[in-house]
Amino acid sequence: MMGNFILAPVFIHLLIAIFQLIAWRKTVTQRILSVGGALGALVATIILFRQVYLNGTFTVNASNWEAPFSIIFVADLLGVTMVLLTSIAAFAVSMFSATGLSRQRMLYGYFPIFHFLVMGLNGAFLTGDIFNLYVWFEVIIISSFVLMTLGGRKNQLEGALKYMSMNILASMFFLTGIGILYGMTGSLNMADLAIKMHDVQNRSLVGITSVFFILGFGIKSAVFPLYFWLPSSYHTPPSAVAATFGGLLTKVGIYAILRVNSLIFIPDNFTRTLLMVIAVLTILTGTFGALNKTNIRRLFSYLIVCHIGFMVGGIAMFSKLALMGTLFYLIHDIMVKTNMFLISGVIMQLRGVVTMEKLGGLYKEYPKISLLIAIVLLSLVGIPPLSGFWPKVYLFREAFNEHQYFFVGALIIGSLATLYVIAKLWAEVFWKEVPADVVVDNKFEPMPFLRKVLLIVPVSILGIVSVYIGLNAEVIIQVADRIATELLDTSSYINAVFKN
Amino acid sequence: MELLLILVLGLLYAGGVYFILRRSMVKLLLGIMLLGSATNILIFVLGAIVKGKPPIIDAAANVMDPSYADPVPQALILTAIVISFALTAFAIVLLKRVYALVETDDLDNLNTPEEEDI
Repeated sequence: MMGNFILAPVFIHLLIAIFQLIAWRKTVTQRILSVGGALGALVATIILFRQVYLNGTFTVNASNWEAPFSIIFVADLLGVTMVLLTSIAAFAVSMFSATGLSRQRMLYGYFPIFHFLVMGLNGAFLTGDIFNLYVWFEVIIISSFVLMTLGGRKNQLEGALKYMSMNILASMFFLTGIGILYGMTGSLNMADLAIKMHDVQNRSLVGITSVFFILGFGIKSAVFPLYFWLPSSYHTPPSAVAATFGGLLTKVGIYAILRVNSLIFIPDNFTRTLLMVIAVLTILTGTFGALNKTNIRRLFSYLIVCHIGFMVGGIAMFSKLALMGTLFYLIHDIMVKTNMFLISGVIMQLRGVVTMEKLGGLYKEYPKISLLIAIVLLSLVGIPPLSGFWPKVYLFREAFNEHQYFFVGALIIGSLATLYVIAKLWAEVFWKEVPADVVVDNKFEPMPFLRKVLLIVPVSILGIVSVYIGLNAEVIIQVADRIATELLDTSSYINAVFKN
Repeated sequence: MELLLILVLGLLYAGGVYFILRRSMVKLLLGIMLLGSATNILIFVLGAIVKGKPPIIDAAANVMDPSYADPVPQALILTAIVISFALTAFAIVLLKRVYALVETDDLDNLNTPEEEDI
């Protein structure tokens, strides 16, 4: 009976979205449904995670067709971990959205679309069929287009045009790759592909196909030559939307690179070199972009790009320690990046602007909120013992072991620049006096107490999770260790699919 | 038949790439549509084309005749067509809105997000 429970994270969000569509103009009902449903999905995901962690991978076939003919859902530890992180982030964002969004956006159907987006994310993490992964990707991007354009301000629409065209192109590369894979093997089931790819004679075609996949997922996860759509679009939508995008959407690309490059293609020297070059350049360009930004949201957008490079570098080395570092970084990054944009939303509520020249004096006015934000910022930088520190230890160790000194240099530069940028932000936003010519537009002070709580609690939840990841690193390392073992030796995944 | 399809495929890819590299918004959209069609035909060709052999088992036989038209690529193309239809519809509406706000078709003028503040 546990088999069908895999679909709970997908179905709960689908049902919420449908009920919210029925309650189209009743924003209060929609908010209650959203927070309650996200909490229910979180509980279901925790139960699912516990099952998978104790009993190993299990699967469910659509309409009871046998593998490899069915569309199959596979709950392995990597997928379930990603679903768990998505559920935590979605819960926080839905709570934040209940107060941090204008009524206008809710009337245009923000909540149902948000839940369709989370449904697509959960489906993408749980599916075991490559074409089904493409379909979930399309569910994600069409929802994100709508969220990106809700409100229809000029800069939003212009950013959305770039975002849209690049994402459709990425889907086309992905679809081309799937077509070639089907032509070579006659199968779409990922476990079946893993077996059949060994027998393909034309190795050069396999290499080209893997590059197609890296191109498609690279656009989605914003790596070096393909990331320019991200900084020009991610700062335009409201904070709650940007939090979902920044925290989760780019990480789906990383997840897909991990999944495809462990099951279907085993990275050869060419792929590893390519990924390593991409990683180093991503870190450097993202860093240099972040150095001179004064708009907080644009700064965070470039930091997303910079930290994607850390993970790609871990995948490029493709040894157990490096993969552990990548997975740990992924876990930390989803929590922290979602929180960063929520924090920019809190600052927006407190001051009405997000550019550093017009901000200041927050520490004097709101010491408790500032302390909370400080913990999150220090996690992002990676001050020990907080969550950003541990994965970097693994990445550094493995980079020295593999003699990847360019990557070591990029890691050092990226980490130091992150520290510099965050220190600048702290001094400008929290310690500096408010500039004399700025009129403060504080929406936070007149709010009723419940709305204030709903704004601050999501940031606290994600902050507490970050601190837990940092202080209880041995638990996370155990999980990352098991996932890395499963990625390097995919036999457990394949056996679970074929029920041997 | 396959050779003809491959020629059409190459033409569609070439046209799509050419259109995407133009500076006009409408041509960008046309290029995306052409590339989508090219990708669909590519999947069709890769699924080995067989003429006039539907995958239906005779009442008397127990096994499939080995050469039959593979239905899977056709199902994939059907799904991809539906998805690209939705995306294209959305893209056209978005283009119309952007054009109403910016009053130009030139992609180089879409720099408001970059100019706001560094």
